[in-house]
Amino acid sequence: MKQYLLSVYQPDGPAPAPELLQKIMRDVYALRDEMRSANVWVFSGGLHSASSATVLRPQEGEILTIDGPFTEGKEHIGGFTIIKAPDLDEALAWGRKLARATTLPIEVRPFREDAGH
Amino acid sequence: MPPIPAGEIEHVFRAEYGRAVAVLVRTFGDIDTAEEAVQDAFTIAVERWPSSGIPPSPAGWIITTARNRAIDRLRRESSRRDRHAQADFLQANSNLETDEESDVPDERLRLIFTCCHPALATSVQVALTLRLLGGLTTAEIARAFLTPDATMAQRLVRAKAKIRDAGIPYRVPDAAELPERLRAVLAVIYLIFNEGYVASSGDRLVRDDLSAEAIRLARVLSDLMSGEPEVLGLLALMLLIESRRAARVGPDGHLVLLADQDRTRWSHTLIAEGQAIVRHCLRRNRPGPYQIQAAINAVHSDAPTAAATDWRQVLHLYDQLLIFAPSPIVALNRAVAVAELDGPAAALELVDALEVDRYHLDRYHLFHAIRADFLRRLGRREDAATEYAQAIECSANTAERDFLRSKAEALGHGGGV
Repeated sequence: MKQYLLSVYQPDGPAPAPELLQKIMRDVYALRDEMRSANVWVFSGGLHSASSATVLRPQEGEILTIDGPFTEGKEHIGGFTIIKAPDLDEALAWGRKLARATTLPIEVRPFREDAGH
Repeated sequence: MPPIPAGEIEHVFRAEYGRAVAVLVRTFGDIDTAEEAVQDAFTIAVERWPSSGIPPSPAGWIITTARNRAIDRLRRESSRRDRHAQADFLQANSNLETDEESDVPDERLRLIFTCCHPALATSVQVALTLRLLGGLTTAEIARAFLTPDATMAQRLVRAKAKIRDAGIPYRVPDAAELPERLRAVLAVIYLIFNEGYVASSGDRLVRDDLSAEAIRLARVLSDLMSGEPEVLGLLALMLLIESRRAARVGPDGHLVLLADQDRTRWSHTLIAEGQAIVRHCLRRNRPGPYQIQAAINAVHSDAPTAAATDWRQVLHLYDQLLIFAPSPIVALNRAVAVAELDGPAAALELVDALEVDRYHLDRYHLFHAIRADFLRRLGRREDAATEYAQAIECSANTAERDFLRSKAEALGHGGGV
């Protein structure tokens, strides 16, 4: 069984309208339950906005502390789910469901086999 | 024993490459292992075949030899115990020693769906398919796509790494996914064909090779998926287009339009085969875009002269095609049929009603070339000249540009009106 990281890419800025957000959260929690009962769910979590991030960067023997997210841009990771799946097709099928639930782009990326064991 | 002509061994390996690699990928679960093993088998064949002769089933010999070499290699390189165990396991289960081709499993279908997986970019799908199923060398693929060798090699290495690391499966998609996944496979094959047919530039021989390779892949696919009429439709479409290759370029190297081609130079063998497939598809009555395009080409192939073309039938087929695959390009081609039936004014009206901006038709050379032709036939020479100039600007292809230039020049001499 391989493990896959499903990252949710969220545009910076204000959250969607409350009714919309409510529906999205309902769908996301329902999907989490579905993943749990299918025994593919490993971990998931939502993140605070990218502006709450702090970057630590090694430089000339020091570790610099920098305010803000690592990457510039208008979209950042807003949350992620880790699943186990036998192959990419299965992982993509769950990713598709997550994209539908969050209404946002999902990046599906495999973990190295030796990681986390 | 008759001597084996030079190049014959390479020819056999090229022909059987996809089949051998596909079986070995299935056995070892790894593309690089499979390719190395087939390469090893080739080295042995070059040593042995000149004295032993070509075995009765080259595919069986290559697969057996390659598998044994791969097992040896696994043993030799196994610093890790699990690899050794894998080699022992494979050895114990290798009951594939056979000279009968019918006993060799055909795993190419799985491999082509892996190569054309939607998680890979189209350019990567094309390169992988040519490499793994077509047996083309990296250098040949690079030359065909005017890419530096190193870039193409890098692209293939990354693609194989993605297949391995991301876990792209070797599997024929299930019924629910099949239509969409098959569309991607057919698109890749047709892209390979067109790359060979539209002689935009590059090595002419390699390009002819690409078209032949696409037809070969479509034949393999139609053997393996005879229940899918669109696979047959694509094969028929390519055969009918290919049948006109010799007539498509004049003695001066310039493009010759369908209407002006010397129809005696068409390949009647290819036409007969293509038309037979189209008739077979019609009987099955499960139409799709490739089958309809093949049928349109079959109508052209039927006409002994351009004037004898059954344009009503062509128009009817374009109407059908618009239902299956609505696109401005199809609408543009439909307008050409309308021009033949109802005159250029009616056709021009249709073209001008297309959503030019939305589809960026303004950047498409055929949009301008077709408009120019209608304007020319309406006697609007100046408008036609402007339109030809735009067509020339949009074309990336030297032969096409030369052709358009000759059309534009003919306007000035009052020709063609």
